[in-house]
Parts: sequence; C-alpha cells; structure tokens
Amino acid sequence: MLQISKLTKQFGSQQVLKGISARFPEKQTTVIVGPSGSGKTTLLRSLDLLVRPDSGELMFDDLKLDFSQPISSKQRNKLRNKTSMVFQNWNLFPNLTILQNITSAPIHVHKVAVDQAEHQAHKLLQEVGLDEYATAYPHELSGGQQQRISICRALAVQPQYILLDEPTSALDPERENQILRMLERLSNEGNSLIMVTHNMQFAKNVADKILFLEDGELQFDGDKEAFFSAKTDRIQQFLQGVTLN
Amino acid sequence: MWEIWSSSLPSLFGAMLKFTIPLSLLSFAIGLVIAVVVALIKFLPVQGNRFIKLLWQGIRLLVSFYVWAFRSTPLLVQLFIIFFGLPSIGIKLAPFTAAVIGFSLNTGAYGSETIRSALLAVNQDQWDAAYTLGFSTPQTLWRIIMPQALRIVLPPLSNEFIGLVKDTSLASTITIAEMFQVSQQIAAQNFQPLTMYIEVAFLYAILCTILSTLQHYLERRSSKFVQEVSH
Ligand SMILES: Nc1ncnc2c1ncn2[C@@H]1O[C@H](COP(=O)(O)OP(=O)(O)OP(=O)(O)O)[C@@H](O)[C@H]1O
Ligand SMILES: [Mg+2]
Repeated sequence: MLQISKLTKQFGSQQVLKGISARFPEKQTTVIVGPSGSGKTTLLRSLDLLVRPDSGELMFDDLKLDFSQPISSKQRNKLRNKTSMVFQNWNLFPNLTILQNITSAPIHVHKVAVDQAEHQAHKLLQEVGLDEYATAYPHELSGGQQQRISICRALAVQPQYILLDEPTSALDPERENQILRMLERLSNEGNSLIMVTHNMQFAKNVADKILFLEDGELQFDGDKEAFFSAKTDRIQQFLQGVTLN
Repeated sequence: MWEIWSSSLPSLFGAMLKFTIPLSLLSFAIGLVIAVVVALIKFLPVQGNRFIKLLWQGIRLLVSFYVWAFRSTPLLVQLFIIFFGLPSIGIKLAPFTAAVIGFSLNTGAYGSETIRSALLAVNQDQWDAAYTLGFSTPQTLWRIIMPQALRIVLPPLSNEFIGLVKDTSLASTITIAEMFQVSQQIAAQNFQPLTMYIEVAFLYAILCTILSTLQHYLERRSSKFVQEVSH
C-alpha cells in the first residue's frame, strides 16, 4: 500500500503542502478534490517524484523514502516503476507512433521483448477501440482518443497505482463520458487509482475514498459516503460551489 | 568569356574538391559535436553533492566564456590568431589544421546556442511523461527530446552550414589554396577579375543550392509527425 506522512512542499515562499498524511488503499479509487490552487496537482506529482517534497515520508510496501534525506536514483526508479501518471494534457510523445508511445517504456525501461510488448499494446488498443490507429501519430487523433491512448501508455508498464490529474477536464462532455466509463471499468477490475478531479458526479461514481484538500491541508480523509453527506460547513460550501459550476 | 570559364573550371573544381568541401564537412562535423556537448552542459541540471555541483558550475562558466569569445569576435581574427598568433607561443599548426580548428570552434559556439534553444523549445511536459514511465534522463533526451529538437534545429543549423561553406573562402588568408584563392590567382594571371569572380561566385551558389535542397528534404523527413498547417 502507498502511504505518505507529513509531506510538505514549498514553492518560493509559498507553502503549498502543509504536512499531508494519507493512505491510498490498494485496489481502490482515491479521489483528491479541492478548490483551485489547493495543492492537488502538487500532491499527486509528489507521489511520482515529479515534484520533490521538502520533507515527510513516503512508504510503499518495503520502500521507504525520507524526503529530508537525499533520494537515490535507485529509490526514485523503484517508486516510478510502481506508479504511472496520466496527464491532463495527455503529453503523448509526438515523435512516436501510437504503438511506439505505448511500447517504448516496456521495451526500453522494462526490457520486455519487442513482439511481446507490441502484442500487449495491441490488446490495450483493442480494448479502447483504437487499434486501427496503431501506426498513426498522436496529432492525427482527437483529444478524447489521445487521452485514451495516454491511459493505455500508463497501463502498459503495469503500475500498481495509476495517477490521474483531471483526466477529463480538456474534453467535451461526450468524450468525457468515454473516459469515465473506461476508468470505471479499470476501477472495477481492481486497479488502484489515485485521481484529481473537479467532476463531483464522477467522484461520486468511482471513488471509494475522498481526500479533500484546501490550502495545502487535508480537510477530509474518508469514505465517499461520509464525504458527500458531511455536515461540516466547509465541505457543504465546496460541494454547493462545484455543483453550481 | 566561355573560353576563360572552361579553361579555369578544372582548377577551381579541383580546389573545391580538395579544400572547400573537406574543410566545410570536417569543420561542421567537429563543430556539431562541440555544439551538442556545450548545449547539453548548459541545458542539463546536475544532481549530486556540493562538490559535483561546484565543479559543474565551473565547467559551465568555462563553456559560457568559450561561446561568448567566439561569438563576439570576427572569424577572420580568430583564424589569424590560431594560424599567425599561436606560433609565437610555440604552437605551429599546418594551415589546413588551423583552418579546421578555427571553423570548428566557431561553428561549435554558434551551433551550441541554436541547439540549446531547440532543446528548450520542446515542451517540457515531455520530461514528466517520460519520467513517469521510468525513463532515465539520457533515455529521455535521446528518445524523446532530441528527436523533437531535431525538427526545430534543422533550419537554423542548415543556415549555419551554408554560412560555413561560404566562410571557408576566408581560409585563403591563411595560405590555403581553396576555391576562392585559386580564382584570385587565375585572375591575377589573365587580368579578367570580373569573369573569374563571377565564376567562383557561381560555384559557391551551386554548392549552397545543393545544400538547401538537402535541407528541405531533411525537414520533410523530420516533420512527418507534425500537424500540417495550412496558411
Ligand atoms: N512548479 C511550481 N512553481 C511555483 N509554484 C507552483 C508550482 N506548481 C504549483 N505552484 C503553486 O502551488 C499552488 C498549488 O498548485 P497546484 O497545481 O498543486 O494546485 P491544484 O490544486 O492542482 O489547482 P488546480 O485545481 O487549479 O489544478 C498554486 O498556488 C501554484 O501557483
Ligand atoms: Mg491541478
């Protein structure tokens, strides 16, 4: 299980994470919500060391990182091999074909045989109905298609946790629904997901657990049911605000 | 006039094959290696302890000085210092060697800035995407960043190469019998400077036209992954 303790991060003079402790249970979907600028992306990126926290700890099975100490590249790789991020803007590699986007990490990082990696990639592509685009380049695909490919790319390295930062916010409602169904399926199949989203309906559908972040502090950490029926003023206010949008 | 051209063409062509082209190719190849190394030194952050960081800062300062020095002084002066100046401190170089060193260092200085800005022009989110999949920094550079930078860097680098081909005429001043010097010699014999210099200009133009054609071909090849823009 992935776990963090007293994580802090400062950008310049701004304290963006103020000592966050949380657990991300395996085979469950943890959704991080909160107002804009509250530190959700920073927290998520910390879990893959795309942001280096200033202090605190991260525990993952037998791996233990203490951020007040230097992190070795071996530790970093160990963590990154267990987690994989899906970005808001997809960030597919424009110089590689769709197939290469999905197979590059299995082949070059995990040393999987080429035909095996390609077989696996085609299987993922078939699942999302995009196998016919295997030899296309990312710019030839629509936003929703690129987002599905980016999820395939993350899945291809068989991460224990998939991290998603607002996976649907750059999409129109129809494409958003496609991605939501895909994530629901992943979650039902027993994948461990950690996701930042502004979409409360979606959070309601897929979340097992909600983290509510505000101003770099965790205001709520618990079951989805408890969150959506929470009586605290702040959560009520937040939920009303988002529903209005 | 045709007679003068056809009788002088073999010598000019010989000089082109013997000096102008080898000088350009060799200097550009070495210059490109220097440029890539310098660009990476300036571009890559360093990880490690205090000592390594300090060392890296020192190396960066040194390469910055090199780039500054060669971009802020005329190429002709650089050639003169290397060929006529260095012997007085005991470094005697053959003309061709001196020319290759001068042109390479000059190309390296300009090219490094071109390459560095191309590396910076690649969307930096690409690093995140590669890192999250487990790519190392060299792997990310080689497989993801450099191929994208190549497309950006081709037009300016081609310009620099074409400029270099023309600049090899400066090697005539350090006693190299390259194409331009041969045309000077012939003009001094037959008293037809206009005819001779137009001929040599034409030969440079042919060389450079071949290069631009090559450039367009390479640009098309390296852009196959880019969206076509209709203007
Ligand atoms: N690399 C950075 N350098 C400086 N400041 C940063 C950096 N990344 C984030 N910040 C700041 O940290 C704060 C939290 O940013 P973060 O992106 O984590 O918020 P967020 O909750 O994801 O917001 P949003 O919902 O708008 O995506 C913001 O004030 C932001 O300006
Ligand atoms: Mg964010």
